Amino acid sequence: MSTVVTTEVMRADLRDTTSTSRKNWDKAFLGGLWVFTLLAIITLVVLIGTTLLKGFTRLNPSLLINFPSPFPEDAGIQAAIFGSIWVVVTSGLVSLLIALGTAIYLEEFADRKSRLNNLITINIQTLAGVPSIVFGILGLAFIARGWLSWGFTVGTASAVLTMMVLPVMIVSAREALKAVPSSLREGAFALGATRWQTIVKQVLPSAIPGLATGSILGVSRALGESAPLILLGALAYVSSNPSGLSSDYTVLPLVILKYTQEAQEEFQAVGAAAIIVLLVLLISLNMIAIVIRDKSRKSW
Amino acid sequence: MSTSIAAINELQPSGRKLRQQRVEKLIKFFLMIVAASGMLITTGVVVALVRPSIDFFRSISLGEFLGTTAWFPLYEPPDYGVWPLIIGTFSVMLIAVVIAVPGGLAIAFYLSQYASDSIRRKLKPILEILAGVPTVVFGFFAINFIGPNIAAKIWVFSDIGFYSSLSAGITVGLMIMPMMTTLSEDAMAAVPRALVEGAYALGATKRETCTGVIFPAALSGIIAAGVIAMSRAIGETTIVLLAAGSTANFTFDVGQPMQTMSSFIGFAGLGDQPTGSTGYQTIFAVGSLLFVITFILNMFSRKIVARFREVYE
Repeated sequence: MSTVVTTEVMRADLRDTTSTSRKNWDKAFLGGLWVFTLLAIITLVVLIGTTLLKGFTRLNPSLLINFPSPFPEDAGIQAAIFGSIWVVVTSGLVSLLIALGTAIYLEEFADRKSRLNNLITINIQTLAGVPSIVFGILGLAFIARGWLSWGFTVGTASAVLTMMVLPVMIVSAREALKAVPSSLREGAFALGATRWQTIVKQVLPSAIPGLATGSILGVSRALGESAPLILLGALAYVSSNPSGLSSDYTVLPLVILKYTQEAQEEFQAVGAAAIIVLLVLLISLNMIAIVIRDKSRKSW
Repeated sequence: MSTSIAAINELQPSGRKLRQQRVEKLIKFFLMIVAASGMLITTGVVVALVRPSIDFFRSISLGEFLGTTAWFPLYEPPDYGVWPLIIGTFSVMLIAVVIAVPGGLAIAFYLSQYASDSIRRKLKPILEILAGVPTVVFGFFAINFIGPNIAAKIWVFSDIGFYSSLSAGITVGLMIMPMMTTLSEDAMAAVPRALVEGAYALGATKRETCTGVIFPAALSGIIAAGVIAMSRAIGETTIVLLAAGSTANFTFDVGQPMQTMSSFIGFAGLGDQPTGSTGYQTIFAVGSLLFVITFILNMFSRKIVARFREVYE
């Protein structure tokens, strides 16, 4: 008999005594969180919807094949596609090499507490916070005009984008090297390998997936960037593909900028169609990065 | 005796290994130079900005720059009062932050405290895609959707035109919301599990745990994230260039077109400014101002994290 009483009492104690007003606050809070989460989803959906609605009439092969034209129905973005490829591939390769060198030095060679190491890290953080348009100013002053006087060319654009994506690339390259367990390095050292042999034969091969995802993210940044290139002549009317680093160029984001500003509805449709091309490229790059990340998930 | 000498000889690195070590010293030196080369970029930015800015302030007095309120540097006769750009910059930034900071925090709370694993796995890629949408696409979105369908509908205080800093600010806010989400999530993830479980054990509800325990414990990281969001909003060029027009109005009415510091630089860059002209130099003078403001904000954000981070065991 007495045992039953105690369980009754215990059950009473376990009852949810949270007052209704506290529960209502909880519901209101969750409702607020939902509103903002939905806002993000709706933004993406409406953004893609608006673009498709405006651009679908021009989503045809002539968009990809043709060069700019005074007639909107003939205007195409071939020069911009090739310009983007040139600029993004060259800046991606150069920034990857510099980022890799920096990351190897900071993670594998440098004394972690050294002044220089600290200074380099702070410098990277500073660069990461510089607005992209300021890199355009740097390019305008020293690369397009002034010191290098390279003009408004593929090379200038590529150099500026290299500097702009470098902080992202360095941070992700460092993360990739950090993720390689130190037991791997110690094993190589124990077998008599030198530091460099360990890096080349053990650390880098294990870090490749991380390095690949990181550089894809950097390349996506460069592919979508418009602000610094406004200052570097990418808005020009270019009717041929670049043939080298000293060619004139334009890129997809700048073509989009130009057509978006046009008064004529038909030209705006070309801009919208170009956005779809750009988004498809970016999302495919993103998917590649995700696939690499998932495939290479190794448990050490 | 002789055996131990032989043993010592064997322990010495071979000639090949010694040579390898010398090569490696060279490699290390080379990599150090590569790593330090990043500092050249920062130096380059500063030098590129400073020299033409000095030339600019030789011809335009600081009194006119900061003491007058009309900004028409590319017209004849030119006016060089920078206040319209500063007001424009802060209007767009404030609107953007009012959307991005609560939005980013809310999504971070939802993702880290409420969402089930399967919902998280679906939401994360959506946010990643949104974060990867180029700013020029957001600019297109501002002109074609946010401006006519949102800004023009909610702004009832004055006549709102095709270009407005409200439309630009809303769009910039939506653009930086995913970044704010990621940074706040990181800050919340650093709050120790024991603190959260302690709150639940004392009978706190989920909301009480979020606002009463996680939020204060992650506050330094959240403030730092908010400051970075401000700096991103100030530096945004393309969205503002497209959505807020190209007139530097001296006004606090966000229904009007405005120009920000960054969008002015972009606008001036559209026209070809001859090297050495005052129009060319304004790009650098305004660029210096922009660089200094964002630099201070970013440094402030780092200091907050370093100073107020709660260290848990």
